[in-house]
Formats: sequence, structure tokens, C-alpha cells
Amino acid sequence: MTLAYEGSVAIMATTIPEPPKIDPHRSPDQNHSGNGGWRSLVPGDGDLQVALEYSPPPSSTAIWVVLFAITMMFAAFTSAFIVRKASQDWHTFTLPSILYFNTLLLLASSATLEVSRRRVASFMGALKSQVESPARWLYITLVLGLLFVAGQYVAWSRLRAEGLYLATNPSSSFFYLLTATHALHVLGGLGGLIYVIRKLSKLTLRRSQLVATARYWHFMGILWLYLLLLLWMKL
Amino acid sequence: MHDVSPHAVHHGAPTGFIRKHVFSIDHKVIGKQYYALALVAVLVGMVLSWLMRIHLGWTNFAIPGLHFLSSTGAPGDVMTPEYYLQLMTMHGTIMVFFVLTTAPFAAFGNFFLPIQVGAEDMPFPHFNMMSFWVTFVAFLVLVASFFVGDGPTLGGWTQYAPLSAVGAVAGPGQGLGVVLWASSIAIFCVGQLLGSLNFITTTLDMRTKGMSLMRLPLSAWAWFITSIMGLTAFAVLMPACILLILDHVAGTSFFVSSNEVINDQVLPHTGGSTLLWQHLFWFFGHPEVYIAIIPGLGIVSHVLITNMRRPMLSHRVLIYSMGALAVLSYMVYGHHMFVSGMNPFSSLAFSFPTLVITIPSTIVVLIWLGSLYGSKLRINTASLFALGFISMFISGGVSGFFLAQPSIDIMLHATYFVVGHFHMVMGVAAMFGIFAATYFWFPKMAGRMMNETLGKIHFWLSFVGTYCIFMPFHYLGIAGNIRRYSSFPDDFLQPLIPVHRWITVAALITGAAQLIFLYNLIHSRFWGKPAPDNPWEGTSLEWSTATPPPFDNFGGKHPVVYHDPYQYGVQSSVGDYVMQTSPEQVKTEREEK
Repeated sequence: MTLAYEGSVAIMATTIPEPPKIDPHRSPDQNHSGNGGWRSLVPGDGDLQVALEYSPPPSSTAIWVVLFAITMMFAAFTSAFIVRKASQDWHTFTLPSILYFNTLLLLASSATLEVSRRRVASFMGALKSQVESPARWLYITLVLGLLFVAGQYVAWSRLRAEGLYLATNPSSSFFYLLTATHALHVLGGLGGLIYVIRKLSKLTLRRSQLVATARYWHFMGILWLYLLLLLWMKL
Repeated sequence: MHDVSPHAVHHGAPTGFIRKHVFSIDHKVIGKQYYALALVAVLVGMVLSWLMRIHLGWTNFAIPGLHFLSSTGAPGDVMTPEYYLQLMTMHGTIMVFFVLTTAPFAAFGNFFLPIQVGAEDMPFPHFNMMSFWVTFVAFLVLVASFFVGDGPTLGGWTQYAPLSAVGAVAGPGQGLGVVLWASSIAIFCVGQLLGSLNFITTTLDMRTKGMSLMRLPLSAWAWFITSIMGLTAFAVLMPACILLILDHVAGTSFFVSSNEVINDQVLPHTGGSTLLWQHLFWFFGHPEVYIAIIPGLGIVSHVLITNMRRPMLSHRVLIYSMGALAVLSYMVYGHHMFVSGMNPFSSLAFSFPTLVITIPSTIVVLIWLGSLYGSKLRINTASLFALGFISMFISGGVSGFFLAQPSIDIMLHATYFVVGHFHMVMGVAAMFGIFAATYFWFPKMAGRMMNETLGKIHFWLSFVGTYCIFMPFHYLGIAGNIRRYSSFPDDFLQPLIPVHRWITVAALITGAAQLIFLYNLIHSRFWGKPAPDNPWEGTSLEWSTATPPPFDNFGGKHPVVYHDPYQYGVQSSVGDYVMQTSPEQVKTEREEK
């Protein structure tokens, strides 16, 4: 299966951003598609042809902006973590083993999201009556994501049962802080998935929206692996 | 399954009052809302500074009615030392966050960035609306701390730990006041992150046909650079505030070290790092002062070019210099911590880039001065304030050379020298940038001209007044006058009291002069002369659309850009300039480099 968006404009025009027309008097309804994207650097002598190249929809730029902000936020937490870990009152504890299971869930959800992206691609590329709706794999991804958050809650309950609360020790403070902040962002990603599913059911899903959601979701997985490593390290 | 047009999300002009003026998704309305918020905030901040100045000049002077604000903070209308610090903290916080960040960046940027790039709106208008209202909530939360418990926090706008993190035991406002402060700032960060998201995507993705990056006006470049800085800085301040709140409400020990004794009480916290807060805060805090000033650099350049009728000596170098300021601002933050007890080698590492950052600043100033040299500058209020900006930026910047060196900074750090330095270089200079922008763009924003005579009176009173206020600060600092004290009973400071009184009188008069501006603003808004579309004969896109601009900015058309932004000093059919949207081919006198 291949990503067959571009060649299928005629069939599913409503779901696909049209390539820009080279027309100096564009219709005003393309307000969300931009026209002078950052890849189109016009030379000083004003050759307008270069500026007419297709530019990505703002959501594909925006998602990188969002991921950058999240990265900065966790970088700040990490620096606090490192500084605080150097103090003498830091007591390490064994991470609840369910975390590793949760990790598998989150990684699996990334895989199912990729499957659903391919399904969506073939769905959009064919007549919709011939292919089953790709929403199923999105639902599976959604459930896996929910299970991950529920699993994180189980991990917090395990720690509480051991008597490790938010203020017990800096190590437990950071554990709750980092996992809860990550879980909140995962919930945001779940919101994105629900948005995608709704748009898909209305056949108004745009490729850029699915791509942005997928990028965010995979980033959540990578971020989780990083956090797990940070929390797991005994150095 | 039913078909829905992919452009169904396209929003038409709203009709109801609420959608049009309150919860509006129109970037122009949001820009004006930010401006109104900044206006309210600056009035509050100014009154706070008056109260402080009166107390500094005449310590036991009873300010009538002050006890209504706080009966414990000002018994008998005379403020306590603690209440002085609380007012000082609120003055700093309100001015830095809700005036110097919102007005030059969020207010004018929201209004003019989409127009200058030729877009109908920002790509995420609902996020944009949220950005303002979140900021508004942040302001309410901050101001609420005046009226709860024992008042606002007294920890200064930098909220150094452990004072900020230990709770109510540390003094008035250090319990609930700090929690409200940190909540307010965390909320503010959310608003600015949403704003930055829109600014960056607008600049990169929403530019109209022919609008390459180098064809963006300098103001648009400044907002773009500032939004990238805001994205990086506020994303770090927010977690810092979360940690601070947790130290208060959850009993964690991020910032409070072991065995702290405050007011004879041993605190239960252990092992936290007080320096950690300073690192996290200043990693935001230093870029923040550039977030306040870089929009001013862009605005002043834009205003000056229009009034000198020629482009800057180098368009590109000015842009690169602003970019260099942005990058370097993250590498210098430690110069706020020379006396914090961090490793002296770190001081060296932070001192060097601090001296290096003066190079792009100097280049910007030299480009301005070199471009102004020999130009026939049109003198109007906007260009006067732009010149005033340059003056303040130089005067305030020069004292930065002294402070950049740890050996000198150790002596000057906790004195009024620093207060004078930052008030001139980022406080007053940024304010002058806001004024220049207001007088310059008011016709486009409100559809009416401001009164030039009142504007010039406002300029001269402000210009002379601010020098009268802030130059003596440097003298006070060199004479050893410590800052953050509410009164100066020490013998060696007695001879300096007359200087303080002079400053207080100057501050009261200069502050009162701002009422002229307020009158001009409100009067012109309703009764000013109707403004033409292009009153200053400008070239950039905001002048090519109607005044005030229609809901979709260009009235259903998409502008096409044919020229670099500042084609002045040419011969065209309309005069000595050719607009960016004009297809007219002209022989340019000066290539924009």
C-alpha cells in the first residue's frame, strides 16, 4: 500500500488540499492554506514563479512549534531533575513494573497509528465503498492510549500503596511530576485522535491534520522512552 | 456520509456584539484587546510607582486613602516597609509581563503581522482568541492578590527562592500571594505560547504571493524573532512556576534547602536548591527583556524609514542583528547571578557573551544613526518617539557595559545603578517604542488621526521627564544607594535624600504628562480627524488596505507583492515611494541590501 493522496484529487476532492492554482486573483476561501510558504524564497528581482510553489498548511509547521515548546518544558524539568538529584536527600526507588507494560502499550499504539495512516491513505485513494473504513485502527490506537493513561494511574496507586507520595522524597516528586505532565500531554494527543476520527467520519479529514496528530503521538512515545530512561537511571 | 466542503471552517465576519468585540477571533480585535489590557496595566503600574516614589522621598508621608487598599499594609495611610516591597513586586510584574510583553509584541503584532504578511487572519484564530483571554485571566489573578489575605507577594518580580518558596512564614503575601503570583505567570505563559504559535505559523506559512522572508518589513521580522524567543522562554518559565506552586501547596522541596530557619521556625523542607530557581527564572528572564525590546527595534526602524523616506543602510544586517540578539540573550542570563554565589568561573562564562551582545546592539544603533545622517526626517510625534527610543536605548545600553563585568557588578548589583539601567534600556525605551507605534499606527487601527500638537507636547514632557527620573538613579547607585529598601535611615545615605525627592517630583510630573496621551488617545478615537488609507505615505501592506481594515484585511482580494518593503526615494506615479503591492516598475535609487 502506498500513500496515494496526491493522485486522487478527482475522486475525493473534499478530503484533500488542492494544489494551488497559479492565479494572481485567488479566491478568498483559501485562507487556511497560505501561499508564500517558507520554502518559497523569492529572489530580490521579484520572480513570482518561485513564490507560487505549494506551501505546507500551517498545521504542519504548527506541530513542530508545539513539539518544540514541549521539548523546552521537559528540558527545564530535566535540568531541575539533574540539579536536585545531586543533593544528598535523594532516595532512589524501584519503578513499578507496570511502567514497562505501559511502555509496550504506547509503542504498540504508535504502530497501530501508522497502520491506520496507511489504511486512511488507501481509503482515500480508492472508492470508499470498496475499502472498509480505516477508523477501526484509529479506535485501537485510542484504546491503547487510554490504557496507557490508566496504566500510569495504576503505577501511581502502587507507589501510594508503598507510602511514596508527591512530597515524600524529591525522587517521588519528580516521578509524579514528570509522569503526570506526560500523561496530560498524552490526553491532549487522545483529544487529537478523537478529532481525527470525527473528521474522518465526516470525510473532511485533511492529510496535514492526520500527519500532525501522528507526529504528536509518536513524539509522546519518544518522550516517554526518554522519561523512563531518566527515571530508571540510578547514576 | 455527507460531503462537507473542506473550506467550511472559513469564518465570515461576525455580527453579534459578543463575537465581534468580546470573544472575537479577528486578529485586529484581539490586538486592540491586548492594547486595552496593556493600557489598564500600565496605569496600575504607574500609580504603584507613584506610591513608591512618594514613600521613598517622604517616608512618613500619609497618602490619603492608602489604607483602603490595605489596612495592614498602610495603617494610618503610611505604608509599611513590607507593603512597599509588595507594591514594588506588583509594579515590576505588571509592567514586565502585562505591559512590555503584551503591548509591543501581542497588541501591535496581532494587529499588524497578518496584514504586513498579506494574510486574512492568523492560521489558528481560536487559539489567538484564547491567547488573549488567558492573558486577561492571568492579569485578574495577579491583581486579585491585592485583595486577598495579607496582600500580594513581596518577593520582587524575580521571586527568588527560598523567600518565595517557604510560605506564609516568610512575611506578608508569601503564602497565598506567591501562589497567586506563580499561577498568574503560569497562565500568562500559556497565553504567550499560544500567541507565539500563531505568530510563527503566520510568518512562515501565511505570507501572500511574492512576500518572501526578506521582503517582510522590519517590524514583522521583529515580531517573528520575538515569537520564537517567547516560545523558548515561556516554555521554561511555566514549569518553573509549577515547581514553585508545588513547593507551596504540595510540600515538595524543589527550591528550599534543608534546615532553613525563618522567624524562629525550622522549615520541614529538605535538600532543595535555591540557585535552581534563579537558573530557571533567568533562562526565561533575560530573553524576556529582549522580548520586550526587540519589537521596539522593529517598530522604530519601520517608523523611521517611513519618515526618512529611505531604507536603512542595510536591511539584512538589521535583521541578522536582531536574530543575534535573540540567540545571545539565552547565553547571557547568568549575568543576573554574579552575586548569587554560583561558581566564579560561570561568571566569566556569562560575562563574555554579555559583552558580545553589545556588538549586535551597537550595529543596530549605528545603522539607525548612519541611515538618519543626512536624511530629511519628517518630524512628527511617531518619529520623535522613535528618536527618543534610540536615545534611551543608547543611554541605558551604555551602563550595561559596566554591569557586564562581574568585578564592577559586585559593587553595583544591589544598587539603584541597576534600576536606572534596566528602566532606561528596556522599560522606558520599550515604552517609547509603544508610543511611536501608537502614534504611527493609530490612524490604521482606529480610522482617525491623533492630535499631533498634543502628541509633541507629550513627547517632550516624557523625554525630558524620563531623563530627569532615571539618570539620577545611576548617580545614586554609584554613591552606594541600595535598592529594594523602602527608606534610607543610614547616615551615609542622608545626603542622597534630596536626589530621591527630585526623582519623585519628576516621576509625578512625567506620570501626569501621560494623561495628555490618554486624553489624546480617547479623544482622537471618537472625535479625531478621519484618517486616509495611507497618511504617512508608507509602502508596506498595512497601508495598501482600507482604513480601518475590513474583517478579512484586504476586502476579499489577496495582495500580490512586487517590491522590497521600503522602496522610498524613487520616482513613481504616486510620489517618492512605491508600495509593495504596486506592480509599477521603477528605477530604484538604492538597492535594499
